[in-house]
Amino acid sequence: MNIELQAREIQPLRQTFDRVATYTGDKPASRYLEATLGAQPTEQFHYRPTWEEGFEIYDTRRTAIQLKDWNALRDPRQFYYATWAMARARQQDAMEANYQFVESRGLAQKMSDAMRAQVCTVLMPLRHVAFGGNMNNCNICSRGYGTPFTAPAMFHAMDQLGVAQYITRLGLALEEPGALEAGKNDWLGAEAWQPLRELVEDTFVLKDPVELFVAQNLALDGQLYPLVFGHYVDDHLALKGGTAVAMLTSFIPEWHAESNRWVDAVVKTAASESGHNQELLTRWYRHWADRATAALEPVARLALGDDAAPLQTEVREGLDARARKAGLAIG
Amino acid sequence: MQADHTGTEATRSKVFIAFQDNEESRAVIEAVLADNTEATAAYAPGLVKIDCPGRLVIRRESIEEITGQPYNLQQIQINLVTLSGHVNEDDDEFSLSWGR
Repeated sequence: MNIELQAREIQPLRQTFDRVATYTGDKPASRYLEATLGAQPTEQFHYRPTWEEGFEIYDTRRTAIQLKDWNALRDPRQFYYATWAMARARQQDAMEANYQFVESRGLAQKMSDAMRAQVCTVLMPLRHVAFGGNMNNCNICSRGYGTPFTAPAMFHAMDQLGVAQYITRLGLALEEPGALEAGKNDWLGAEAWQPLRELVEDTFVLKDPVELFVAQNLALDGQLYPLVFGHYVDDHLALKGGTAVAMLTSFIPEWHAESNRWVDAVVKTAASESGHNQELLTRWYRHWADRATAALEPVARLALGDDAAPLQTEVREGLDARARKAGLAIG
Repeated sequence: MQADHTGTEATRSKVFIAFQDNEESRAVIEAVLADNTEATAAYAPGLVKIDCPGRLVIRRESIEEITGQPYNLQQIQINLVTLSGHVNEDDDEFSLSWGR
């Protein structure tokens, strides 16, 4: 018996989904585009939300920002669930290796007691700030419109939760579990933290998802992370022999730098579409960045002592430059 | 063969590189076609073969621009099927040519 094998080429009728082809034409599209473009439900909503009169369940009118197409707010990192999860898994592996390195050599115990206590005083309350960031980004995801904008917001929310967990773990590596309790008490009662707590709690009640995005991800985080994890952890502590802290928190500045690309791209796209958007975003940015600068002042003093003021100015100028580059009208 | 890459159109030998036709290769192929104006891609079932007269270069930066992710040029080996030409590679570029 003779069997002849032949390779046959079968051409697919469509290279991608119609909802993606609308944007890219009928050619193979990346998984990112297929996972996000046109994935937002747009019609046939049977029920209006009873908790918010006058809106559909998914509604572009929840924000004052107007876009012709809500699929325009793309993520330059091109994260969809799989790529995001794989990237974070890799970073988690690196963090585990750092922990192993620090613990096997007893590096945390080589820091002086006074220094360990000071690190906990500065960093432990930030668990609650990151948890606020988690709640706010969940809110952006739930009230925002268009999968390219809302999906990364959810990833960002989970990343913020990760940040809170890494800070928790750092506290346990440096001190007794009591350090976490002390951090919470400081957050609720110590004078230096009250302006920041007030700011975080004020953002919880923001209704406009894009304003919340600007307040949390650009204005607050854009100053908090460079100040605390750049100037305090990487520079200030490292000079005093606290490199272990930088190793045990290395995910945080890395994630911050990476997610800035997304934050800036969203602002840039929205601002460049119309004068109306640019004016709104600029107003929000100014308001929340000023509030964050003021709220972080006592925290910066707590962390950096006499160096606080010039470094805070430097951080704020850096953020203003970022905002200007993203197309906001900042003179 | 001497002076292949400086010769006239008729005497320039081609280099080629072939990848599996999949999601991971697509960004690489797109980058190669953008960076090498003379490169042509031929699609066979499950395979993409790129021919280019003289010299072909794969740039890390171009791939990163397309994917939005950091890329290590060693990753091309995963989907690489075959190639011809002298390989010259560093962290930023992987090039094929016949010139010495």
